[in-house]
Amino acid sequence: MTVRVQQEAFDPGAELNAFTASVQGAGAVVSFTGVVRDVEGKLAEMLIEHYAGMTEKAIAKIVGDATARWNLSGALVIHRFGQLGAGDQIMMVATASRHRVDAFQAAEFLMDYLKSRAPFWKKERTAEGDAWVEARDEDEDALSRW
Amino acid sequence: MDVLYFAWVRERIGVPRDSIETNAVTVNDLIEELRARGEEYQAAFEDIRALRVAIDQELSEFDAPLSGAREVAFFPPMTGGE
Repeated sequence: MTVRVQQEAFDPGAELNAFTASVQGAGAVVSFTGVVRDVEGKLAEMLIEHYAGMTEKAIAKIVGDATARWNLSGALVIHRFGQLGAGDQIMMVATASRHRVDAFQAAEFLMDYLKSRAPFWKKERTAEGDAWVEARDEDEDALSRW
Repeated sequence: MDVLYFAWVRERIGVPRDSIETNAVTVNDLIEELRARGEEYQAAFEDIRALRVAIDQELSEFDAPLSGAREVAFFPPMTGGE
């Protein structure tokens, strides 16, 4: 299980290949990459703030919950903070299991919990000014399905 | 005790953290003390329903006891992921 919280950009393809090579006995590897969405062509930058210390603990707990629930051969979470531009990778999740159902479900579980339980906050900067991205009720509701 | 602020809570208060001496029993008591510090704090703690709290880096509740807590953080609902 690997968790990385970092400012630097990462290469999702290279990460996925390294992850796939590292897992033993897996028949299925699922990956998800989150990308900075543009705001009608106006996004100058996205600033991601996080709570250093709590972030790593919160993600480790989420990954721990996923490994307790599904039969995983491996899990990878990378989440960036700092200054990002439209089209940049924000984060990545990869899971591996013997059969695909565990890997798919665990990846969705990780995404749902990372969204509302890992202490990150996003601010969008456009020509019209700065605005904090607000949490959506759907994000909180998504947790109830687990 | 260290009190940390993130995102717009930090912006409204104007500093990322305070070091304070407090006898507050619960998070709610601590918020009452912080509100008394001035209008920036009143603006940040105007609507508690818009906030989340962590005690020693674990998500918690506003009526939770603070006994032994070293670090309390206030922030809006989190927006990680894509």
